[in-house]
Order: sequence, then structure tokens, then C-alpha cells
Amino acid sequence: MRNARATQLLFELARPGRRSAQLPACDVPEVPLDDLLPAEALSPAPPPLPELSEPELVRHFTNLSTQNMSVDTHFYPLGSCTMKYNPKRNERLASLPGMIDLHPYQPSATLQGLLELLDGLQQMLAEIAGLPAVSLQPAAGAQGELTSLLIAAAHFRTLGQKRTKVLTPDSAHGTNPASAAMAGFDTVQVKSTPAGFVEMEDLAAKLDDSVAVFMITNPNTLGMFDRQIGEIAKRVHDLGGLLYLDGANMNAILGITRPGDFGADMMHFNPHKTFSGPHGGGGPGAGPIAVSEALAPYLPVPVIVRDGDRYELEYDRPQSIGRVRSFFGNVGVLVRAYCYLRTHGPEGLRRVSENAVLNANYLLSKVKHIFPVPQGDRCMHEFVASGARLKSDRGVSAMDVAKRLLDYGFHAPTVYFPPIVREAMMIEPTETETKETLDAFAETLFRITEEPPDLLCEAPHTTSISRPDEVRAARQPVMSWRAE
Amino acid sequence: MPYVANTTDDQRAMLDAIGLESLDELFEAIPEELRLKRPLAIPPALSEMELTAHLTALAGKNASAGEKVCFLGGGSYDHFIPAIVDHVAARGEFYTSYTPYQPEASQGNLQVFFEYQTLITQLTGMDVSNASLYDGGSAAAEAVLMAVTTTKRHGRVVTANSVHPEYREILATYLANLGIELVTVGTPEGTVSPAELAAQINGDTACVLVQHPNFFGCLEEVDALAAAAHDAGALLVVAVDPISLGLLKRPGDYGADIVVAEGQSLGSPMSFGGPYLGIMACREQHVRRMPGRIAGETVDRRGKRCFVLTLQTREQHIRREKATSNICTNQGLFALRAAVYLAAMGPVGIRQTAELCLRKARYASGRLTADTSLVPAFSRPTFKEFVVRCPHGNVEAALERASESGYLAGVPLSRWYDDLADCFLVAVTERRTQDEIDGLAACLKELTCSNA
Repeated sequence: MRNARATQLLFELARPGRRSAQLPACDVPEVPLDDLLPAEALSPAPPPLPELSEPELVRHFTNLSTQNMSVDTHFYPLGSCTMKYNPKRNERLASLPGMIDLHPYQPSATLQGLLELLDGLQQMLAEIAGLPAVSLQPAAGAQGELTSLLIAAAHFRTLGQKRTKVLTPDSAHGTNPASAAMAGFDTVQVKSTPAGFVEMEDLAAKLDDSVAVFMITNPNTLGMFDRQIGEIAKRVHDLGGLLYLDGANMNAILGITRPGDFGADMMHFNPHKTFSGPHGGGGPGAGPIAVSEALAPYLPVPVIVRDGDRYELEYDRPQSIGRVRSFFGNVGVLVRAYCYLRTHGPEGLRRVSENAVLNANYLLSKVKHIFPVPQGDRCMHEFVASGARLKSDRGVSAMDVAKRLLDYGFHAPTVYFPPIVREAMMIEPTETETKETLDAFAETLFRITEEPPDLLCEAPHTTSISRPDEVRAARQPVMSWRAE
Repeated sequence: MPYVANTTDDQRAMLDAIGLESLDELFEAIPEELRLKRPLAIPPALSEMELTAHLTALAGKNASAGEKVCFLGGGSYDHFIPAIVDHVAARGEFYTSYTPYQPEASQGNLQVFFEYQTLITQLTGMDVSNASLYDGGSAAAEAVLMAVTTTKRHGRVVTANSVHPEYREILATYLANLGIELVTVGTPEGTVSPAELAAQINGDTACVLVQHPNFFGCLEEVDALAAAAHDAGALLVVAVDPISLGLLKRPGDYGADIVVAEGQSLGSPMSFGGPYLGIMACREQHVRRMPGRIAGETVDRRGKRCFVLTLQTREQHIRREKATSNICTNQGLFALRAAVYLAAMGPVGIRQTAELCLRKARYASGRLTADTSLVPAFSRPTFKEFVVRCPHGNVEAALERASESGYLAGVPLSRWYDDLADCFLVAVTERRTQDEIDGLAACLKELTCSNA
């Protein structure tokens, strides 16, 4: 069934003289180009793009799509990424011409429906966060982190306080320290206990009045809720610092507990995870943030304001940090998030988290007999199993297991993260999977541990390619096709 | 609960397997005092039919570009999107997959990124493209940070008033706590003077950020600007309109070191500003300082050509606070859209599109300034946008009335430019017809004269 030409590049398929796009004739008087633009500005020839016919293009890209695993086709338990089902109604509704053919600088009188939707989304996010003020502008979770840290910096500048440090647990996502560096802070790592919680003594030792923000993910990257969160917030606040919640794991706690209620001053959401925005092969996402009343004046501009029945975009906010992205943000992703929230309502959202946590605990109860889960018998929406024993006993790595899963039609878990667990396999089933799928996945994991190491070290065997030589790719980088 | 499969029986069986009595016990780890004791105060659930009616009603309160004739630009444009772009991007295998951590299960995306990168290098004349960033504005800020680490010059960045004001706002926000001075050169004639720019570049200036064609639609003197930057050892970062490269000299051919662009023009809807596509390309020697995902070619164990994410040691998941950026993913689906668009256009189509934009914009600028009391704000050559001054009357009021008459006539510049408070920016894409342009001229004639 596989089409052997599918992996030829566009540039190899192209032939001079082929056409796909067909443009209308010019209906305004044609003036010679030289009269319109100075000769030195013009290119002597058009850019050397490939030339193909439309049927070839459709076949090429359609065949390429079949070289992917995806949520629509496979179980995708990629920990930390919340690969839940992407509702088709949201795709349809977000593509209505009245939602999508809107220019960012249209007069607000022509945008009242969209602004009403976005305002409604802000209110729902504020309620879920337990934090009153929302900005929808950041384009991704990482940009939400950066925006929040820039807000913190502006806040302390207003207070006349020189705070230079951001603390992160050693289990944090890599974006946390990277965002802190971009915002001009030094990062200090706080140790975790063997169970994956913040080591309070280490926190106490590193916490002082030079700390601007403590960034925490809760539930954390091991899928555990850190019960000390109230005490952590108190200690951070006592020294005048701010608590940031990385909202990557919100899928575990919707309507159960709220970051604002457990002490967070700022947080970001990942609507492409929690609120079912499709991941798009690596984006677009969005990274809306929610902050406390005290930090609201610093939010990026514009913000939506409501004046009676009329919505406007407000730009004149003197304490605002400015902008992190052009225009309003990743609106298409936000419309999908709105649809998702309106589909669920309060009870539905709570059931999302209940079933996400149920599915994860159920899978954990099966997987722990195959791969130890160092953090124990219970988890929130995901858990981290360790392949260390298989590695030492039989020389089979977590990566080998991950690759072999592909042969059985399962996407691999996230492997080797967080770094504090050896041979880590981070498994997040999400609420949209059936019990039968989870059973089959666990059975497959067990079957893999019984397979010969030689077979596993060479896996995958059934995908369109075998393991790529990543070292060669990095040492002799070839990042575009060149004519020979 | 349309998306959860678990039945009550399933839940019971699963709780039994875990050893729990109730769903509530799943949340024992969360201290009682931190739990929400009431339902979330959000609107009740809607069925698919109710949601459809609700969204349709909201959409009906907006006026889409299909209902009014769109002459708005300023970084987002009403270009034509061939049907195959939507068709390909609607493949579930593309839009419901994620970033290619397992290359064996992601060759579709990885090959698309490699093809996208190649198409961008062909379009820009640069050596290397990444697999995309968020949008043109944040890509410009990332390019400046990249220039700072590349040159190890942490003192100053020089830009011009003719660069998109929102891009400059983003840059100022990004630089706020890094101790880097941002100097903006004025552009009273609509373009930046190379001599005035050169005067602001000192020995600790990392780069110059210009836009070409610029925010006003005018062509900058890019050769002279490149020379000014390079003479002082600074890099030239240029933001371009990708459609303009169907006609204009490519940045790689006039000495740009880093090129960024808003990729929305390449097959993505305007969508009130996003999601869009941040294009970034650079010279080979700078690639290890480049932010964002990069797809690279290699071979598998059987010697077959394949693609992986490469140079990952630049990135946050490995380098953490020492990474080139905090960016995690690219805008995969929009890179795909751009790749399909560029491949569908080919060299002839992109050239024709650029020519149509240019000719129609010039026709429009001629009609508007001949038929109405509007006057051109600048005399420099323009591509698909131009600024007109409204000597009589209130720009905002005129534009609002034009909108009521069915024309989104232009973007008022007063929000960003005090000296252009009586001006607006008009954009004309290949989609606009002579009839629509004549209609706009007639509409504005009435409004700008009656405003007098």
C-alpha cells in the first residue's frame, strides 16, 4: 500500500513549466515595472521555487501525512503534552468566515461577536484559575511564562525592589529557566525530595529578598500534587516574592482546586493541552495568563474592556509591560478553547479532570507491575515509570521500549524527562481514551519486556524508517535541499 | 460528556483495580482546605447544536472580510488562499500530531519542515531557515536577541520608526530588563536615511533592525543600510513581506544577516491576528545561535534518507537557562500551510501575485489621490501599501463611515504616530479588483470632501 514516491522531496518531483496556482489577469492598466520600482530594488528572476501541478501536490502532502502518528489515528500517551482528542465541532466553528476572515485592525464595531467571545473566555479562565485578570496575548506556554516574569520585573521595579533571582525546582520544564534568563533573571534550582516534592529546607536556604519569583508546576512533572503548596506560597510571600504556576498540568485539577486558591499570583494556561486545541505537529498553541489584582495593571496591551453592551480594545494602560506578540494573540486557538469550555460547563470540566486522573491511576496500577513507578502507587493525570531495572538487567533502555511501542501502533511516552528519574517514561493517557486502549497499552508494555534485547535495540521495525543517525544530523547539518 | 468514553461500569472496574471506593479519593493528595467546594462559576454545557447556534450568532455580529472590501494591512493581509492549503492542513494526521520527538513516527511533519525550510531559503536567498517561530513580531525580537549573543555586543540595538510599531513594542518589552539600549531613528520622509542610521551605530551595537518594504509600504535603501550596519561590525536584521520577494531583490542578495517575516501572507487566514507564522532565516555561520526547531537530513540504520530535529543542544529542553530561547515548538501547522502555498505558487505564481499587488496598489494610490482630497504622505516607491493624508477632517470618523459603506478602507496611524495622526495606511492585495478600488475611491471622495 505504501507509495514509494511519497518520500521524494518537492524539489525532486518538480519539473520546469508545471503549474498549480492560477491567477487572474491584471484588471488595472499595466504600466512597465521599471516605471513602478527602481531597477536596483528588483530581483532579476523570481525566487527558485519548485514547479509542480496541483494533483502532484495533493498526493505528495497526503502521502506525507500518513508518515505521522496522530491523535486521530493512534493512542498518544506523551507525558506533559496532554494529547487528548481534538473535537471536530471546534474545527468547524473556529473556521466560520465570521470568525476567521477578520483583520486585526478592523474597527471594533465590526468585531463585537469575537470580542464578546474572547471576553467570555477571559472570564472562564479567570474563574478556573482563581485569579481575576487575564491576558490572552501570549502565543504559547513558554511565552506566557516570559510575559509573567516580565510582569513580575515591572512590579518590583514599581516597588523599587531589586530582585534578581527566579527559583525553579530541579524537576521543572526547561522552558522555566530559559524564560527566566530571557526576562533578565538568574535562575536558582531548588532540590526535590526523592518523592519529587519541593525540598523545604533547600527552598528555605535559597529563598531571600533577592528572589522575585518561585516558578512551580503543580501537579508537578512527576504527576504528583505537592501538598506543601500552601506552605511554599506562604514562605515566598512572607519574603515579598511572587509564586508562578506553570499550568501545563491543569488537566488534573479543573474545578477541583484553583491556583489562585493555593497561593499562585500568576499562571499560564496551555489551551492546546488542557482545552483540546490541536497540537498541529508542533503548534500553534497559545499561552494565556491569569494574574492577581495587584499585577493586573502590568498586563500586555491591548485588553478587552466592556462598556455596557459594547466591547472595545484598550491600549492606554500606562503601567503595562507593552507587548509580547503582534496583534491580539493566537485567536484561532482561543476560539477552540472557548468552544471546549462551553461544551463542558462546570460539571463537565470537573469530569474531564476526574477521568483524566482515573485513567492515569488505572494505567499506573497496571504499569507498576512491569516498570517501577518510584513516586508510588498514586498519581494525578500522569505518572513517571522507570526503566532503570530493565536497563541494568537486560541492557534495554527506555528509548528502546519507546521505539518498540511504535511497532505496536502506540505513540511513545515522553522519555528521559523529568531528569530526576532514571530511564524515565512519562505516561499521560488523558480522559479521552477507553479502558480497552489502556489495557492494550499495558499488555503491550509487558510483552515488550519479554522480547529479546537485540530485537528491542533495533526497534522500530515496521515504521517507514528505522532509527535515524542523529549524531550525523548534528555534526554535518543539512538543513535544506540543494540542487546537485 | 461527548469526549470521555468511561461508563459508570468502566469507572467502577477501574477504581476497583486501583483499590479506591470513589472518584473523590483520586484527589486525596490535594489538601481539603485547598479544594474548591462549589462548582466553577462558568456557563452551563451546550450540546453541539446549541454551541453551533451560539457560535454562528457570535460570528454574525462580526463583519468578515468577505462582507466588506478589505484594504487593511499593517502586517496582516487579505491574500488569496488556494483550496489545497486548507485541504492538506485539515488532514488529521497533520493537525492532531505533535512535535516530532519520535522521528520514526513523525516523518511526515519532519519532511514538511525540511521542505518548508528549503522553500524559505529559496524565497529569501538565505542559507538556513528554522522550522518557524510564533509570528513576525516576536521573530523580530528573537532575531535581535540572536544578534546580541552572536556579536557579543550588549550595548545597543538600532531600529527605525518605519519598522512595524508593534514589532518595536515587542522588542522594547523583550529588552526591558536586559540593559540593552534601543535607539529608534526617525523617518519623516517615510524611509530611514542610511547616514542617520549609521550615525547611531556605535562599537557596541549588535544589530540594525529595519523593515523592507517598511510599515508604510515604502522601499528602504537596503544596500546602503546593509553597508551602514556592516561597516560598524553590526548585523543587519531585516523584516520582509514574503509576497514582495516575488519581485524584490532577496535579502540574501543584499547582505542581510538575519531575515524575519510575518508568514500569514503565505496561505493563512487573517484570523484577527493569529495564529500566524514567524519566519526566520540566517547565514550559515549564525545557525548555532538561532532559536527554534530545525529539521535536518540524515540517514536511518539502513542508510535510507530521513529527517530529524537537529542542533537540539541550542534548545531549552537540553540547555535550560543557557538555551538560545525559551521557545518550545514551532508553528507546525502554519509552516505546513506556507509550504503548500509556496509550492502551489511556484516561481511564476509568486511573481504574478507580487506584480498584481504592486500594480493594483499603485492604481489605487493614483485613484485615491486623484479623485479625493487625500494626498500621498510620502513620495518614496511603495509595494502593496501606501499612506495617505486626510488634510480635511477626522480620519477615524471617515474610516468608520467607510466601514458602514462596506469598505475597510485603511488602518489609522494615530495610535502610533503623532505626526501621522491625519493619515491612514491602505493595503491592496491581488484579490482586490479594479471595481472595488474605484468603489473605494468614490466612497472616500464623498467622505473626505464632506468632512471638509
